[in-house]
Amino acid sequence: MEGNGSLIGEIGLYALILALVFSLVQGTLPMVGTHYGVGAWIAVARPAALGQFIFITLAFSMLMLGYIVSDFSIENVALNSHTDKPMLYKISGVWGNHEGSLILWIFILALFGLSVALFGSNLPPTLRARVLAVQGLISFGFLLFTITTSNPFTLLNPPPLQGLGLNPLLQDPGLAFHPPFLYLGYVGFSMAFSFAIAALIEGRVEPAWARWVRPWTLAAWCSLTVGIALGSWWAYYELGWGGWWFWDPVENASFMPWLAGTALLHSAIVVEKRDALKSWTVLLAILTFSLSLLGAFLVRSGVLTSVHAFATDPQRGVFILALLVIVIGGSLVLYAWRAPALKSGGYFSPLSREGGLILNNLLLITACATVLIGTLYPLFLDVITGGESKVSVGPPYFTNTFIPIMLPLVVAVAIGPMLSWKRADLYGALSRLRLALAVALLVVIIGWYTIENGSFLSLCGLSLAAWLFVGALVDLGERLKIGRVGLGAVWRRVIAQPRATYGMTAAHMGLALTIFGIVASTSWETERLQVMRPGQTADIAGYALLFVGVKDVGGPNYNSVRATFEVSREGAYIATLQPEVRTFTDPPMQTTEAAIRPTITADLYAVVGDPDGQGGWATRIYHKPFVHWIWFGAAVMAGGGLISLSDKRLRVGAPGRRKFNRRRAKVTAA
Amino acid sequence: MRYLLPLGVFVVVAAALGIGLTMDPRVLPSALKGKEIPDFSLQAVQGRELGLSSANLRQGTVSVVNIFASWCGPCRVEHPYITELRNLGIVVYGINYKDHPDHAEEWLNIHGDPYVRTGADLNGRVSIDWGVYGLPETYVVDGGGHVIEKHIGPLMPDDIRSKILPAIQRAMK
Repeated sequence: MEGNGSLIGEIGLYALILALVFSLVQGTLPMVGTHYGVGAWIAVARPAALGQFIFITLAFSMLMLGYIVSDFSIENVALNSHTDKPMLYKISGVWGNHEGSLILWIFILALFGLSVALFGSNLPPTLRARVLAVQGLISFGFLLFTITTSNPFTLLNPPPLQGLGLNPLLQDPGLAFHPPFLYLGYVGFSMAFSFAIAALIEGRVEPAWARWVRPWTLAAWCSLTVGIALGSWWAYYELGWGGWWFWDPVENASFMPWLAGTALLHSAIVVEKRDALKSWTVLLAILTFSLSLLGAFLVRSGVLTSVHAFATDPQRGVFILALLVIVIGGSLVLYAWRAPALKSGGYFSPLSREGGLILNNLLLITACATVLIGTLYPLFLDVITGGESKVSVGPPYFTNTFIPIMLPLVVAVAIGPMLSWKRADLYGALSRLRLALAVALLVVIIGWYTIENGSFLSLCGLSLAAWLFVGALVDLGERLKIGRVGLGAVWRRVIAQPRATYGMTAAHMGLALTIFGIVASTSWETERLQVMRPGQTADIAGYALLFVGVKDVGGPNYNSVRATFEVSREGAYIATLQPEVRTFTDPPMQTTEAAIRPTITADLYAVVGDPDGQGGWATRIYHKPFVHWIWFGAAVMAGGGLISLSDKRLRVGAPGRRKFNRRRAKVTAA
Repeated sequence: MRYLLPLGVFVVVAAALGIGLTMDPRVLPSALKGKEIPDFSLQAVQGRELGLSSANLRQGTVSVVNIFASWCGPCRVEHPYITELRNLGIVVYGINYKDHPDHAEEWLNIHGDPYVRTGADLNGRVSIDWGVYGLPETYVVDGGGHVIEKHIGPLMPDDIRSKILPAIQRAMK
């Protein structure tokens, strides 16, 4: 194995360099070719994208192979892996570090480029060539960054006998798949970006453009939703404090593109259906990807301190900042120059579906801006005062600014879909939503009398969730004309309804579920903190947890103290909870593994701590009502996105002619 | 004009990021070094007996003061290394910043208590006098109650070796 050990690394590096060459060709020749009308150069875009993809895949596979066979002659493997690590975490270790995560980033970028090359046959050839060229240039920037400052294939001679392991906090299935989903989201937004740049260069944004941008944005948005939810779920069960969102700079870095991407999804509808809001949508596409890049900068440059941050290095920071300035600055210059020429066709009154979507965009972007300000404020203050003044912005800032912006948004989400295009009847929409209004009021009244420790704000939250949930259903019912036409006619409408409608309904209902989970779990959580001896019982929310005792157990690369609780309710046995404290030796570190019994209505969450030296153990038990609905709601949102993505209108690669006819057939339906 | 606005905003952000890169977010404003610690007196964290006051820091022994909270993720990260400092025989005091007394007690029970004395700074007033910017923060204080060194952010083995231990040696002279 030592013989071919360095071979893996060398093949990987050569593959990266070849990919760099391909990306340069992909980024330049088609761009010049489209400008001067050189057909042969335009045609280079597709094979170049394919070639780039092949060599990046090769590099990525080599790095993964290095991890799988524990080839410690590759420095990156030696620093981040260990022979005793379970295979899943050897593989996830590939992207658990700065260099490897960059390779994953570029790999996904190349994958998206390949999809345009393969399935973009219904795009105008010049548009496709320009999109691929922009993708190629982004790829070139990141490959150059990787090779010059963050080469994952640096070799060690002689190779160490054992690797340095991976942070055990990161050895977790939730976290293993968290980065790939996040990157699919971040990089997915690069498609919208490339289309925006290509459109600015062409000087034209047509409804067909929006039909192309929407599926990519939707796919990216779904992945990002799943990625953020996975990360928050991981924090919930792994950090052992029952919290699931901390407004950490790195969390914010993923949340900002999500907010902007959500806005983009909605404004692209207006471009597609109404041929309006063009320059705004192009700007949103640029902003969304810019925020993804900014996230990469914040995580990797060391300008902000965060627990999530990769080992940072100022040289890398300078390079990424330069990349940021070229990509974002360049695109905004292009925007300032070309956007005034984008002509919008549709006119509409402020009170219309378009108006509603603008309100949606306004609120989402404002929310995004408050998060951005909160994240960057410490840095700004530091810079302005020359390092003499430092602050940290904590959760109170974010809850006090973010939530007030979200409240009107949630109210509006239920109303928006009920408005008609161009000019709408707000009173009519509201009167059709009277059922939702009634349910929302009922929730407040019932809650007022039945829930003992409910604050007014939490009742409002519950009521809003109910309003949104029922509102989404009422909207669907209206579209299907339930109760107004016969069952057979309703059924025909169920089938004829575009999937995008169901997707929207699901996504809005998912948002309602998430809000419900957030409000219920934060308002009515109970906790018990105590030292328990074996045989003692703790009571929480009607459950009795009998502390049976603790046992030492060994894991693949750690030793663990495992406690056992027997949970019963009114004397009847329900479940056994076994929280653990794991002690890793390489690197030395302890992690808490909470034991969670999730049910539909509440989670029981138990954590064990240190012994008190007299036979007792510190224990923490939480009862969190409906907390899993937070992530269930996120999954429903992402599912809604996928349903919408499967809409024939948006299906990537469907022949353009057929699509066009279908669109005509559906203009009224949707 | 309105099309130039996004570019303008970005230029400002990029400039700030650029300057930010040249600064280390963990470097202490030099003005605080060498200054006297503020006068304060805090009750012990719930469940512990020994509280912390400025008098404890002026008794001639070099000490390390660590500001922590149960709600602070990075505090959890540095916790084993704070314990290691204590195991090296260094006097470590803890100021518990704006924490729920139950949580603070439990945190120390579960993860271990490396502190010789603790002070519960429930409203954060004392920490403000110390000039705390964000948790965790760690101060090296000489026997006379002067701040010798300050570290912002989680204290990692590297920081102990390159910053805290040399500062303690300086303080002992």
